Amino acid sequence: MQSITCECGHSNPYGTSLCQACGKPLQQDVEVLSSMRYEGSARRSQTYKQTFVDRVWNFFSSVKVGVWLIVIILVAAAIGTIFPQETFIPPNVDPAAHYESEYGTLGLIYYLLGFHNLYGSWWFILLLGMLGLSIIIASLDRGIPLYKALKTQRVTRHDQFMKKQRLFSKSHDVELEEIKYTLESLRYKVREENGNLFAEKGRFSRWGAYVNHVGLIIFLTGAMLRFFPGMYVDDILWVREGEKASIPGTASDEGQYYLENNKFILEMYDKQEKKFNSALSSVGGEVAKNYQSNVTLYKTKENHTAGADPELVKVKDGEIRVNEPFKFDSFALYQTDFKLNEFYKMSFELEEKATGKKFGKLTVDLHDPETEYDLGNGYKVKIEEYFPNFILNEHKQPSTVNNLPDNPAFVFSMYSPKVPQGEKAFVGIQKNIDSGDNQFKMSFAGIETKNLTALTVRKDHTLWIIALGGIIFMIGVTQGLYWNYRRIWIKQNHGEVWAAAHTNKNWYGLKKDVEFLSNKTNLTPLEEKESDSK
Amino acid sequence: MAEISSTLLYSAFIIYLFSTLFFAMSISDKKNKDADHTKKWGKIGFISSCIGFTAQLGYFITRWMASGHAPVSNLFEFTTFFGMMMVLAFIILYAIYRTNGLGVFAMPVALLVIAYASMFPRDISPLIPALQSDWLKIHVTTAALGEGILAISFVSGLLYLIRTVDQTVASKKTLWLEIILYSLIAVVGFIVVSLGFKGAGYQTAFEMMNEQNQPVKVVYDMPAIAGPSNGEQLDNSFGPLFSTPSWMNGVDASIKLNTFIWSLIAGAVLYGLLRLILRKRIAAALQSKVNMKPDLLDEISYRAVAIGFPIFTLGALIFAMIWAQQAWSRFWGWDPKEVWALITFLFYAAFLHLRLSRGWHGEKSAWLCVLGFWIITFNLIAVNLVLVGLHSYA
Repeated sequence: MQSITCECGHSNPYGTSLCQACGKPLQQDVEVLSSMRYEGSARRSQTYKQTFVDRVWNFFSSVKVGVWLIVIILVAAAIGTIFPQETFIPPNVDPAAHYESEYGTLGLIYYLLGFHNLYGSWWFILLLGMLGLSIIIASLDRGIPLYKALKTQRVTRHDQFMKKQRLFSKSHDVELEEIKYTLESLRYKVREENGNLFAEKGRFSRWGAYVNHVGLIIFLTGAMLRFFPGMYVDDILWVREGEKASIPGTASDEGQYYLENNKFILEMYDKQEKKFNSALSSVGGEVAKNYQSNVTLYKTKENHTAGADPELVKVKDGEIRVNEPFKFDSFALYQTDFKLNEFYKMSFELEEKATGKKFGKLTVDLHDPETEYDLGNGYKVKIEEYFPNFILNEHKQPSTVNNLPDNPAFVFSMYSPKVPQGEKAFVGIQKNIDSGDNQFKMSFAGIETKNLTALTVRKDHTLWIIALGGIIFMIGVTQGLYWNYRRIWIKQNHGEVWAAAHTNKNWYGLKKDVEFLSNKTNLTPLEEKESDSK
Repeated sequence: MAEISSTLLYSAFIIYLFSTLFFAMSISDKKNKDADHTKKWGKIGFISSCIGFTAQLGYFITRWMASGHAPVSNLFEFTTFFGMMMVLAFIILYAIYRTNGLGVFAMPVALLVIAYASMFPRDISPLIPALQSDWLKIHVTTAALGEGILAISFVSGLLYLIRTVDQTVASKKTLWLEIILYSLIAVVGFIVVSLGFKGAGYQTAFEMMNEQNQPVKVVYDMPAIAGPSNGEQLDNSFGPLFSTPSWMNGVDASIKLNTFIWSLIAGAVLYGLLRLILRKRIAAALQSKVNMKPDLLDEISYRAVAIGFPIFTLGALIFAMIWAQQAWSRFWGWDPKEVWALITFLFYAAFLHLRLSRGWHGEKSAWLCVLGFWIITFNLIAVNLVLVGLHSYA
């Protein structure tokens, strides 16, 4: 495709509608003012419409398509808030049943359509991807030609270009120096050529849109990098007070991190405190003041081999509170949850039913029970079966929900010199069942509990990219919206002085500028033409 | 200190009320038509709104001193602050455009927001651990300022519509305009019924089963139109006409639905009375009062979005993400409040694209400004009161 040479001598690329140097309309039916949005530059999408690539390019470069994508994403996002997403419903429930029982038929439909996991669905991600593509293509399609056009623009503009501007006037006997001085006092950058003036202010604001789009793309890229291995760790770590646990996701050649929970602290607001008195009494319950874990971080020695009992080296102590994560290397631990008074050890005594006489005590570690406890003198107790979280299952058989000792229950065998063959009893909380003719029983003799803390383990190497994207976006959006690109042209034309003005936004501000200009000089006030953009 | 604080808020409210009257004086063209009259009353109106703002700032500072944390931690405090930011936004835009008519409508909307806020419990409440962060004040205040400025674009857009929509014939546009005005009146209705029933000391109680299947007592402050689902009334007061659907299971969902219905009824009564007095559509009655140039109104509403959008993005998304990363270990979690902040962001992004690239000026743009404010208030009210999420403490 050949370039178009304007009568001013400037050679424009094929598809240009306004000469990039002087602004003369290069085609028959060019609307000057509406072409000014992108300076009448040759945009690929407006020029090439033949091949498949052209069509894809043109589709994504369209602002109309971009706005539709935004609107579709917006509506989809709103639908996702009608009922809670799957991540917010209680764990251990069947989602299908849950949505139906909680929200009725609508809930079931919501679930069947996959809206319970809307933000992670392939089509939602696809929409975001398409929006990203639209941002890139639309910016390239407009930004580059616009940059070239603004760079090549000349002081002297074509008559038609001047006349078609929204603000325009003709005057006689005007002191050019005075105009130049006034415009400079308004902090315009003024250029002069053959007695004509071109004043501009805030050109950089034209790049705002493209800068913020770059920011958005960096942001979206950062968000996508999360799916690459090694960039992102998200795990949960439960540790009992006084115990050490290996921190998931932290194993490397240099070793593995361990965390010891020294103490979990839960503080409540004091109801007697005067300033919160009325608020606390209206709540009824208690209001938490602080969740805190006091921890010690350890690391295995470098030559640690997996499987062997690790030799731990202390790294540092720390306190983890909500809003105050504990950081080491590129990891951070967040106070996420806790559990108070989890059963830890249970004690029983072997008791003769008839006499109430006791024959020794045993303490069962609920996380690691032994199979046999020898009480001496021929007395011993065996644990036949252990149900940490006892439940009667659907077949009415004793079973356990999970491995957490929330509701421990045992089947004990009790051996004694009197009954050497042993007697069986089922013992749980508030339960002690036997066949009825047992001579001995296990009587409850105390319980020890421990507090647990739950910490989120997080590593996120994408954060800085996302932060960078956010900063660039804010710079771009501020630059584009808080400033605007104002231009004023003054042209000597056969004894007359023509003046025209244009801005990409904030006409109110530009009008104030030209009003000031015509007040200070004897330039005829610029008049507003009915704009064609409405 | 807490008493001084309440007094200051009360004074601010009264001063705003006067400021509205002064602005109204400035555009009333019955007695005086000259520019001096307009200028004089406009100036008085502007100065009084600045004094009112200072008084409310005093409320904010003294309450902060009393509670020991920035007073933006519950619905009363946040909504009051939002009203204050609307006034600040109005002051900024008035300083640029000097339009008295904007004051006549922006100040009442801010008043309405503050009055609405005062219907929530006003006790100074302690901060739960998640809120104990410097980001509370940074994030919430910036977001509220952004929303306050965007609210001015709503006021200006609404004025544009009142000014330009043809009132000689009934149309879809006049209908929607009346619906918007009715919903503003329904907020007045909410305040009237709340104060009315509270003044009368009305109460009726229900017993219902909560999610753990334990019986709980639910106390209504208004006659029950919508009873709790599966609730049994414990006294002989006016009985519920129907039960709240069981899928509405936020905290006290039935009470909120009931209050909402009462507000709509009270709003309808007020609206009906106004129609009877005016004998025409409310927008038609207001049309003659709005004497600003449509172009200027369009400009103001767009400018408000241009100023408010970056501030909103910074406060409601970027600062929010930084805080979420610190408190909840992830900067984004698709919590309903987060999603609605994103929706607001996307909406105004679409607005700017339609305006800048597709030439949506004037009326279309004005309708969008109204819709944008609907989204903001939905996020402010419904997401906290109806949808359940991490922000439901607010």
